[in-house]
Amino acid sequence: MSAEACHEPSPKPAPPTHPTPRRLVVLVGNPNVGKTTLFNRLTGQNARVGNYPGITVERRSGELALGDDGVAEVVDVPGAYSLAARSPEEQLAINSTLGIGGFERPDLVVAVVDAGQLIRNLYLVLQLAELRVPLLVVLNMIDEAGEARPDPAAVSELFAAPTVATNARSGEGIEALRAEIGRRLSETGEARVDLPYPPDLRSALDRVADALPAGWRKNVERDRALALWALSSIDPDDELDSIPPALRERCLDVQRDLSGRDLDLEVIGARYAFLDAHADRIFGRATRHPPKHAGSARLDRVLLHPLFGFMAFVGIMLVMFMALFSWAEPGIASIEAAFRALGELAKARLPDGVARDFLTDGVIGGVGNVVVFLPQILLLFLFIGLLEDSGYMARVAYLMDRIMRALGLHGRAFVPMLSGFACAVPAILATRTMERRRDRLLTMLVVPLMTCSARLPVYSLIIGALFPDRALLGFLPLGAVLMVGMYVFSMVMTLVAAAIIGRTVVPGRQVPLILELPPYRVPLLRGVLRMMVERSWVFLKEAGTVILACTIVLWALLAFPRAEAATVPPTAAAAAPSEAASKAIALEKSYGGRLGKSLEPALEPLGFDWKIGIGLIGAFAAREVFVSTLGVVYGVGAADDDTSPLRQRIKSETRADGKPTYSALTGLSLMVFFALACQCMSTLAVVRRESRSWRWPAFLFAYMTALAYAASLLVYQGGRLLGFG
Amino acid sequence: MSSNLAAAERGQVVTVERVGGERAFRRRLMELGLVPGTRVELVGVAPLGDPIELLVRGACLSIRRAEAERVAVVAVEAARESQPNSTRLEPELEARSAM
Repeated sequence: MSAEACHEPSPKPAPPTHPTPRRLVVLVGNPNVGKTTLFNRLTGQNARVGNYPGITVERRSGELALGDDGVAEVVDVPGAYSLAARSPEEQLAINSTLGIGGFERPDLVVAVVDAGQLIRNLYLVLQLAELRVPLLVVLNMIDEAGEARPDPAAVSELFAAPTVATNARSGEGIEALRAEIGRRLSETGEARVDLPYPPDLRSALDRVADALPAGWRKNVERDRALALWALSSIDPDDELDSIPPALRERCLDVQRDLSGRDLDLEVIGARYAFLDAHADRIFGRATRHPPKHAGSARLDRVLLHPLFGFMAFVGIMLVMFMALFSWAEPGIASIEAAFRALGELAKARLPDGVARDFLTDGVIGGVGNVVVFLPQILLLFLFIGLLEDSGYMARVAYLMDRIMRALGLHGRAFVPMLSGFACAVPAILATRTMERRRDRLLTMLVVPLMTCSARLPVYSLIIGALFPDRALLGFLPLGAVLMVGMYVFSMVMTLVAAAIIGRTVVPGRQVPLILELPPYRVPLLRGVLRMMVERSWVFLKEAGTVILACTIVLWALLAFPRAEAATVPPTAAAAAPSEAASKAIALEKSYGGRLGKSLEPALEPLGFDWKIGIGLIGAFAAREVFVSTLGVVYGVGAADDDTSPLRQRIKSETRADGKPTYSALTGLSLMVFFALACQCMSTLAVVRRESRSWRWPAFLFAYMTALAYAASLLVYQGGRLLGFG
Repeated sequence: MSSNLAAAERGQVVTVERVGGERAFRRRLMELGLVPGTRVELVGVAPLGDPIELLVRGACLSIRRAEAERVAVVAVEAARESQPNSTRLEPELEARSAM
């Protein structure tokens, strides 16, 4: 947080090659005002999705055609109720509207307001007008205002900013808005409003303004307004980014001098008094306290009902979970089949050699490893889009807050946690629905402990091979009990990990909940689909490349050094078994195989041998690969569909002294290891992409592996002490 | 009759007197329109007893009881039995449905 930090060059410098200078328009507004729908209307089909530098907040931008005047870049700034901030996420609003803190200065700020909740929405507009930004006000959702339709001319006059009424859902008013943006860009004019703050507050603001960095200053009124922002936002314990130390110090000084006064109440009270005083001019008195939307109130009576509400909640979540868990399966299976067929086709067409294996097992396999996530990711983003746009997602947080809070998690963490039962990769992508970085990180760091579907083939192999096929108490099949037990175990471990990590690694005060429950609205399918495709594309591009690279590295580990063809002379009599045997030998001699062997001393206390060690290395690609890797190690072939030969082989495996190598206790130890270990490079790739750092995936891998090792050690050695195994 | 927001009954309308609590939270709550003098209706309580749902300037906001206890209010109207979300004062606005 140095003074230099705020003078760093803009992260997205404007390309100077344009014949006419490229204009920048930012869209700001409260959450749930239809800002994104408006953005989609204005920009058509060409949005780019990226990230703001330094923080994991989606930055969507697109091009707006301005008729003869060329194009402008439009940026959809994340929703905010106020410019005042205490976190880097909230700071986006002020930085992107003023062009400070490394952001580019916009040529026009378009403030989108909900015409049906005008006064509260105008609070943000008032702040923008105090800051003298070039402003255009959009009274969106004008259809919902009904008879209390505000007068755009009155709003325009109040803030000295042109005002347009629109209904982004139907497209009403969009052309007028587009024309107004073009007109506003071609002239210079700034919004203005002056509130009667007391004289001593004004002089305090001037003192703060003196400490503003030169790049932030403009004119007296704007400097004062920015000083007011700093005075309202800066705290001894805020989490703001790139605030110059001199400014911070001056703010804290002035706050100390004003300590007898309630500055926040004075300022916010004065703003609302101003807005309330002008409400009569904008529309009739009655709407200052409008009732709850009648339709939403009726729906909430059912959906937030103590009994029916929970039934509906369970139902909706169950449908989402089924979609991820079962409905995605045909898509996943056909993608896997397609890539397998493609690999075989390439194998058949190309000459033997490293290049062929690299292409088929490394590249084609790697791309397959990425694409295979798409069915689940598309479905999850479809559901999240529908839940967000309908207004139900806020209700999920409302219903679950009591439970999730006890775990130190945000109410919105429920959807990612539930998705974790299907797959950690989409679950981690779903953490974006939470605003605070700390909440997102905490959820990301514990979700991989949930029993994902990739663990199931491993569990069923182990249970089938190492546990007797009998019933407990006469009617409970042991296998089913073990399976349920693994689910319960993973949930308990997730909650314990959340409690511990939330207090140590990502500490953070529990922030008091303020949740808006927006009116229910029918989701716009087009917008939801667009978001779904955009986000999935970002996954393919950013996490996909890491997954692909990991697949290739892993392939190389298990394929080099190349086995000499001569080591196993092919005999015509037993061609098939010798091929399997030669594959087993090649794997054993590979770097990965050697690594697995060298791990044996470390794995022995857990009850594992080097063959399992190789399996664990292979499983890093994806947990279920453990099954096929073991198949190769044992020379029974990498059968995906039928694991019975492998099960038989594991059962009959004996040590030098003739005792069986694996016992039920080994099996339990192995399942515990799989439950807890971070055996998944895709999870790590997505955590890296969502946290914007390698630190968090490294931590995730380290803590989960350590936890898995310790727990398996405890199970195996404890079990032996008790006389099992 | 002075009280706090957490003590309000479902359907009751109160007027905010003073907002207390941690600075960032208090500031955000006031910025959402919960300033002294504003009328607030307690619309409902979550099925597990917490958080609570408020109607403030036409928007439904939810906060937890622990924080609602720090908001001092005075009652302006007793809890209404039926139709907790309609208001007799503004019948014409019943049509303002988003659905």
